[in-house]
Amino acid sequence: MIGLEHYLTVAAALFVIGIFGIFVNRKNVIIILMSIELMLLAVNINFVAFSSYLGDLAGQVFTLFVLTVAAAEAAIGLAILVCFFRTRGSIAVEDVNVMKG
Amino acid sequence: MGFADFAFYLFAITVVTAGLFVVVSRNPVHSVLWLILAFLSSAGLFVLLGAEFVAMLMIIVYVGAVAVLFLFVVMMLDVNFAELRGELAKFVPLAGLIGVILLMELALVFGTWTGAENATALRDAVAPALEETHNTAALGQLIYTKYIYLFQAAGLILLVAMIGAIVLTLRHRPDIKRQNVLSQIYRDPAEQMELKDVKPGQGL
Repeated sequence: MIGLEHYLTVAAALFVIGIFGIFVNRKNVIIILMSIELMLLAVNINFVAFSSYLGDLAGQVFTLFVLTVAAAEAAIGLAILVCFFRTRGSIAVEDVNVMKG
Repeated sequence: MGFADFAFYLFAITVVTAGLFVVVSRNPVHSVLWLILAFLSSAGLFVLLGAEFVAMLMIIVYVGAVAVLFLFVVMMLDVNFAELRGELAKFVPLAGLIGVILLMELALVFGTWTGAENATALRDAVAPALEETHNTAALGQLIYTKYIYLFQAAGLILLVAMIGAIVLTLRHRPDIKRQNVLSQIYRDPAEQMELKDVKPGQGL
């Protein structure tokens, strides 16, 4: 029988993979954005798992909002990336420090 | 092992493997494709959990919009990705250490974690029985009543994100000829045309 713990384990593994991806791909912003999406996916799995096992729909409603924010974040992040690529000609994270405030 | 258990293990292993390949894949296009696989199998997990609406939303929004957006950007940007991957091995020990520490912390939390005794009494929106309403209908009844303001705020976030993305990527190229509609409309035949009386054999 599959319990809540199984889903929490999957979500934890996915979240750690997301963190790992951010640290491994120090240069490539696109992969970093994808890692953030993976972490948000892990959070969503947690929300839905608790929602399902407690019989509380609020978790699934909140998942919708997380999804919305994730989509908006991806759109804005990629727009900034395209903008940055046009001016600098590269997407390496190390080059971003030229805009220190 | 029943069919549901088998499906869970299938989807769980797929989602974790695909997530791992997203971060270690050499080609970013492959990363996006692995990301799509991860989203699809997590949608399968959501179906197993009885959250059909969120599962379908996952496929429509993530696979249909976000992943395609990533794919477009990866393919449009003319970046030498091999150069970016060059120092990957340098960061693996640090990243692995951080990952293991985080995993251990999560395991520690998991070992001591117990649910609250009155958790069922504290539920904010009790899910109706499956015989009464389907998941989608129940969510709709909740979103459009109790969480209506949050729902509108989510729409506003999407609007702001859309406008922001357009403003960020819009650019005017001065070296390109553009159609000026107003000047076309305001053209007057009397000013634009001139009749000349050309004498034979002379030209203008």
